[in-house]
Amino acid sequence: MSNRELSCSTALREAMREEMERDDTIFIIGEDLVAHGGIFGQFEGLPERFPGRVIDSPISETCIVGSGVGAALTGMRPVVDMHFADFVTTGMDEIANQMAKIRYMFGGQAKIPMVLWAPDGGGLSAAAQHSQSLENWFVHIPGLKVVAPSEPSDVKGLIKAAIRDDDPVIFFQHKRLFAQTGHVPEDEYIIPIGSAAVKRPGKDITILTYSRMTYLCLEAAEQLAKEEIDVEIVDLRTLKPLDFALIAESVKKTYNVLIVHEACLTGGFGGEIAARIGEELFDYLDAPVMRIGAKDVPIPFSPVMEDFVLPKVSDVVEGVKKVLNR
Amino acid sequence: MKTSKKEKLSLFKKMLTVRAFEQKAGELFQQNLIPGFIHLSIGEEASSIGTCSVLRTDDYVASTHRGHGHMIGKGADPRMMFAELFGKATGYCKGKGGSMHIADFSVGILGANGVVGGGFPIMVGAGLSIKLRKTDQVGVVFFGDGAANRGTFHEACNMAAILKLPIIFLCENNLYASTTPSEYTLAGGSVAGRAGGYGIPGHVIDGNDILEVRNVVEKAVAKARKGKGPSIVENMTYRYRGHFEGDPQKYRSTDEIDTHRKTSDPIERFKKHLQKEGILTTELEEKIKKDVTKLIDEAVQFGQDAPLPRPEDALEDLFVNP
Repeated sequence: MSNRELSCSTALREAMREEMERDDTIFIIGEDLVAHGGIFGQFEGLPERFPGRVIDSPISETCIVGSGVGAALTGMRPVVDMHFADFVTTGMDEIANQMAKIRYMFGGQAKIPMVLWAPDGGGLSAAAQHSQSLENWFVHIPGLKVVAPSEPSDVKGLIKAAIRDDDPVIFFQHKRLFAQTGHVPEDEYIIPIGSAAVKRPGKDITILTYSRMTYLCLEAAEQLAKEEIDVEIVDLRTLKPLDFALIAESVKKTYNVLIVHEACLTGGFGGEIAARIGEELFDYLDAPVMRIGAKDVPIPFSPVMEDFVLPKVSDVVEGVKKVLNR
Repeated sequence: MKTSKKEKLSLFKKMLTVRAFEQKAGELFQQNLIPGFIHLSIGEEASSIGTCSVLRTDDYVASTHRGHGHMIGKGADPRMMFAELFGKATGYCKGKGGSMHIADFSVGILGANGVVGGGFPIMVGAGLSIKLRKTDQVGVVFFGDGAANRGTFHEACNMAAILKLPIIFLCENNLYASTTPSEYTLAGGSVAGRAGGYGIPGHVIDGNDILEVRNVVEKAVAKARKGKGPSIVENMTYRYRGHFEGDPQKYRSTDEIDTHRKTSDPIERFKKHLQKEGILTTELEEKIKKDVTKLIDEAVQFGQDAPLPRPEDALEDLFVNP
């Protein structure tokens, strides 16, 4: 077995190349793709390798998203590049009213095998309109699948699953993790949508997290290990459909839960998980479920303020101690 | 384009079918037998039937909330349409869509859309798909004068033009966006007049003259099929009914409606043409009308007899792979 390490960005590119070679109905559409392989270089090499299948669009997000819907309805498998996840607002009708609802409204006559790739998250001094974590908006709309992986191997396995899925998938990939490296198997593999993963086994407390916060929580767990607190980290990877079976398995082992996400606390996905744990696993809880999320303000520009607003390792360490009353 | 006698009679029958379908739908709605709300296109039959008559079954249509005519024009089954309007399990959308979301993918209808201007980006995608699959299909996106003021119209015209997509932007300008006159909402005064800005052809035509509609749309279709890009066609027409059934219509007078009906009814005008050409005799007209009435009565019966969905069917059809 090789120990090859890839970045999240390279893992994405490799998956796209393999999928586009396998299935010629797959194409990518978005802004600034051909000259630079996307503004993050995420699709570098693909425009040359697949001429005509990586399509530059005008700055017309409504039409970019909608064209994905129309192409998916008529036999293609589009991957729509949202440029920045924040710009979903400019294509929101196409996402919420068309992409999510068309199959249902038309009684299952049609399918929409489409991926909306949305680079999200803060930590780059990109300020309020280029740093958001908006995943929970889409969790709330029936008809969409929502994926938010952390490590490179998950990026690769999940983007492949998303592309092959016959339903619309919003694929959030954290900008701060593009350069994050990790082991990615050489052999072909798929990670099913809807499967969470234990990223660190532990017995004292379950941290439920996803995307970049997974790494933050792993760091916090190392610090807590020194104080003999054994943390289990469950990386949700997919928010919808949610792998509640794995969550339950972990909670029934640790009896304590902390939820950590980068999105603002109020109205974030943590509230949904906490409620469900309360409803279904109350008897297994030693303490109330707690949540950590960004403070309820837009992401500010200046690094000192941005660091203050986003969850930190020390917040997670404190949060764990609070749940465990230590 | 040349239209044979046989084709003309078939067009006439289809126009009558749309009108009879919608008159019946209006009656049933007033009797509270159709839930929700419906939007009728009575008075606009030359546009829907004329346009669809130059399309192939595998060509795509993105329809609107006023889409019964597009469905019938493209070859949808009025029985399944009525079943859908009644909210029945055997309707086109199994009762999940209703009039406003009616669709028949088997004849290329990518769906009526409850969002005004919602069809534009979808048709750009269908056009892109045609181009990538290298077929010679085309797509028609129907829209009203109101939708021409959505941002989706601009984005789609621009994108279709730069990518040379095989799309016909088919405006059915019935002079009112809901209750607001297009005279007030439409800068420049014309939808097709905006085509110049995108460097594509734009045609404003008498949308109540079915033969003119066919001629102009057919040319735009032929151009698109050859890979020469999109066009805008603006069919000037008029709806006799309100924006929705039950619309109090405070924005216009009954005189105005009567004038349009008396002077420019698309069916009456085509009938006169057929009579003048000696194609339509009184007997033949009676026979066609009888056939249409039978077709619609049977369709209504089918819809009424159709089973209701089970309440829990509401949980089906969301995902292919739940």
